[in-house]
Amino acid sequence: MTTVTADPAPSSTTPPGRSARTSRLRRSWDKHWYAWAMVLPVVIVLAVLIFYPLFRGIWLSFTDLTEANQVAEICTKSITGSEVCRDNPNKWEFVGLDNYVRVLTGQVGDFWQWTGVTLIWTFVCVAFHFGLGLGLATMLNRPMWGRSMYRVLLVLPWAVPAFVSAFAWKFIFNERFGLANALLSAIGIDSVSWFADRWTALLTAIVTNIWLGVPFMMVALLGGMQTIPSELYEAAEIDGASPWQRFVNITLPGLRPVSMTVVLLGTIWTFNMFPIIFLVTEGQPAGQSEILVTGAYRAAFEGIRNYSLASTYGVLILSILLVFSVFYRRALRKQGEVW
Amino acid sequence: MRRTARGIAVLASATLALSVAACGGEEDNPADGQSTVDPASLTAELTWWDTSDPQNEGPAFQELIAKFNQTHPNVKINYQSVPFGEAQNKFKTAAQAKSGAPDILRAEVAWVPEFASLGYLYALDGSELLADESDFLETPLASNKFDGKTYGVPQVTDSLALMYNKELLSQAGVSAPPKTWVELKTAAQAVKEKTGAEGVYVNPAGYFMLPFMYGEGGDLVDPASQKIVINSEQNAAGLAIAKDLIASGAAAKPSANDAYGTMMTLFKEKKVAMIINGPWEVNNVKSAPGFGGLENLGIAPVPGGSARAGGPVGGHNYVIWSGMPQEKVEAAVAFVKFMSSAESQAFLSEKLGLLPTRTSAYALDPVKNNPIVAAFQPVVEAGVGRPWIPEAGQFFGPLDQMATEVLIQNKDPKAALDTVARKYKAEVVPGYGL
Repeated sequence: MTTVTADPAPSSTTPPGRSARTSRLRRSWDKHWYAWAMVLPVVIVLAVLIFYPLFRGIWLSFTDLTEANQVAEICTKSITGSEVCRDNPNKWEFVGLDNYVRVLTGQVGDFWQWTGVTLIWTFVCVAFHFGLGLGLATMLNRPMWGRSMYRVLLVLPWAVPAFVSAFAWKFIFNERFGLANALLSAIGIDSVSWFADRWTALLTAIVTNIWLGVPFMMVALLGGMQTIPSELYEAAEIDGASPWQRFVNITLPGLRPVSMTVVLLGTIWTFNMFPIIFLVTEGQPAGQSEILVTGAYRAAFEGIRNYSLASTYGVLILSILLVFSVFYRRALRKQGEVW
Repeated sequence: MRRTARGIAVLASATLALSVAACGGEEDNPADGQSTVDPASLTAELTWWDTSDPQNEGPAFQELIAKFNQTHPNVKINYQSVPFGEAQNKFKTAAQAKSGAPDILRAEVAWVPEFASLGYLYALDGSELLADESDFLETPLASNKFDGKTYGVPQVTDSLALMYNKELLSQAGVSAPPKTWVELKTAAQAVKEKTGAEGVYVNPAGYFMLPFMYGEGGDLVDPASQKIVINSEQNAAGLAIAKDLIASGAAAKPSANDAYGTMMTLFKEKKVAMIINGPWEVNNVKSAPGFGGLENLGIAPVPGGSARAGGPVGGHNYVIWSGMPQEKVEAAVAFVKFMSSAESQAFLSEKLGLLPTRTSAYALDPVKNNPIVAAFQPVVEAGVGRPWIPEAGQFFGPLDQMATEVLIQNKDPKAALDTVARKYKAEVVPGYGL
């Protein structure tokens, strides 16, 4: 009964509505076609470069696709010329949330341990990056002798490829032949087995990463400081503000837009900083200094490659960072920052 | 990176499907009458990935290629040295993408079943390469078999041995190399007391733990009954011996990072008297300045535990990539045949001390009188075959972690092995029972 009454009604009302909408669309198209045409390449590029891989990755995380089961049949060529193909007995299939369950319950890998290490690693690294960067930037922001030389020297770590620095630091912390232990024994302290304990192993990676990351923070913050009008400082000085008061009440608020952006960037970079952990600690001891990206890499790409598991980790890492960014933005908005 | 790999996977499966369709209808003529072909008329360009050490071993292989070209002047061999640690993944990526893989690869024994199960290799049955199959040593040949077919030709075989510094041991008053772990401990302590050098260095990695586990009669998995046996009491007992060596001070405290490199440096600098390692390092030790050459290098079978003495059988095989065009087959077969011939194996063993995989090679002069081969022959004969299943390469990740936990972090062997067993079940061989 409802169908009977419902059916004629739309059919009688739609034609005028649809034609009105199409004509409006047409008018809009006639007027704005060039805008659409100009946007189109960007849309295509985004679709190909970002959305397709992203959605394919999400889809793969619901399957059990690996290197071994991706083809429906495995063909074996014989050197004498024949070829035998047989159905792959365990062809890949849709498995729903299995991957997520296996990862989150710890059946595969050590997701929660890696997450914990990642959070500590990210927090400590970014805190030191920002703190040291701010200190150095303040130092370089005042007239002093040899300022440009200091700037060049302080940017140097950034110019060295990350893996070169990683190998250098790894050797510095070498337990038998490294500089760190040589210095310790020179001042009478027992040498430390850096990579035998998860915290000292993590420390070596953190020191390396701080060394690598401070220049960026310093340059960014120095740039921010130079945009603060000097009249503010002059006025404060006339009012009798101490250097500390000037720093807290003028420099820090003036830096806020820059620092919020670099902290967000720094957090995301450090969170996903693969080469330092991978090359310096190699996850030692026994995988305990592994962060999410390196742990996921080992779980998914050592042996027969597990594409579905890799996607699962990818989606999980992306989700963590998305949640973080949302909360971070919200916190900023509360403070009146817009970016 | 991850996304690229996935894209390649998709492409690869598409091209694979196409190539299967293309090959299906075609009747390939069997490559018969190869032996009558004049070697000089063979024309092809072949790429070979050599995974041996480019400084110690690579030059000898290049000399062999030059010898091959004397009889086959028109077969050009592109020799590419690929680091051993990267070759497995590099080959898989390239083979999957159907481009960039070498025609011939020197594959570690555990890789062959894995590559074969993925369809990346030519089956060699019925070709000249396996005509005299019975000449090959049984265990190295076994690593090439998968699902009833043979996918590779053994290049070299090896096993772990006890390598020792003769001078340091005699200074410590040890006249003969230790035959059991108990003797090893005593000898190591004597070295430490009398010479100032460390007694022994145990590399905290899974592969190097196998002699300890085999010594008590343990193993990783039992493919026949599809059972995971890694957490057996035997294995725990074997690991306890290794752990005790370090705890008692007989062995040097290993580092978690770069342990292998540290072990070799210390041994070459005469700072440690004994290590457990394979024939691939003989040339390296021989040429180390100040070590004293081969005269000072002692080689003995790995010490035994309560059950037996034995190290894992390792080695390398020649495999041919299934993506290699059919018209290159004759040249590739000729090349592999030359490289794996008894004469070539004898040449390598004379130059590098590598162990031949052919019985007939052991009868040839340079091998018969080679002291390194003589020293390693009992080592290899005592070698324990590994489970040749596609997943075998994945056994070592969890084992490496376990070795670090037990030897460096003092974790209980049984508890650490239980974790390994759970990982095998969850990630490596889910079909097996615990």
